[in-house]
Amino acid sequence: MTHVRYIDRTREYYLGEGYTTPYRWAHFDEIPFTPLPKPLSACRIGLVTTAEVAVRGEASPDHLARTVYALPTATPVEQLYSGKDAYDRHATTLDDVDAYLPITRLGELVAAGRIGGLAARFQVVFSNYSQRTTMTVDAPAVLAQCREDGVDAVLLCAV
Amino acid sequence: MGLVARHLEANGVPTVVFGCARDIVEHCGVPRFVFSDFPLGSPCGRPFDPAMQRAIVGLGLDLLAGAAGPGTTVVTPYEWAADTSWKDRILTRAQPFLEGEAKARWLERKAAGRAGQAERKAR
Repeated sequence: MTHVRYIDRTREYYLGEGYTTPYRWAHFDEIPFTPLPKPLSACRIGLVTTAEVAVRGEASPDHLARTVYALPTATPVEQLYSGKDAYDRHATTLDDVDAYLPITRLGELVAAGRIGGLAARFQVVFSNYSQRTTMTVDAPAVLAQCREDGVDAVLLCAV
Repeated sequence: MGLVARHLEANGVPTVVFGCARDIVEHCGVPRFVFSDFPLGSPCGRPFDPAMQRAIVGLGLDLLAGAAGPGTTVVTPYEWAADTSWKDRILTRAQPFLEGEAKARWLERKAAGRAGQAERKAR
């Protein structure tokens, strides 16, 4: 069976909910590309997720402000959770952080020497309705933090 | 997420996106994409299946190092379940995407977004 056509499905779904103007998903003809500059075993890898990950017992992310934030990758994974609403809760679960923020898996790869290391922080980006906000505010914030952390390449996990 | 990957890449940082919404990511156009035909929420493998997660992250690293050019999609070789009916049910009126408090938060955000937009226009 073929994959779900989410663009079509969301258009039909929200039309049924009474929203008559369909969302215009981002589209570009040109795609930027930067080759990996050195072997993976020498690379510090950054990690970004849209899963609204937070630390148990601490304040939950501001779902109205929706600004980029970072947490230490050294946070024990059992202390992390996702507060995201928008996922397929009928078919899967967010109870295993490594399924959308593979910190444990990357730690194993560092130990095995496959990658050089992990960035000190990972970033959380909210899925924003405004593509302009994502492009002009959120993405530059992630880039700035990656540069501060000396990141060589980034894995982005879209929930 | 695709927009963030594009910005990083355009500024000299190589990226790979892991995701489950193939049409949305490919419509946007990202440098490297690892697609799993899984429900939204599990882009790096089935929950509590570390072997699968390890393999999927590994495919992403292979792609990071080996992609010859932009717009490359790697499809992971896993099936979520023999029963594929979850694909028919997602985003249907029979199975609302957000309900209860989750829907209330979404509506609150929409209202706040509209208020912000009106405020910016008024300035």
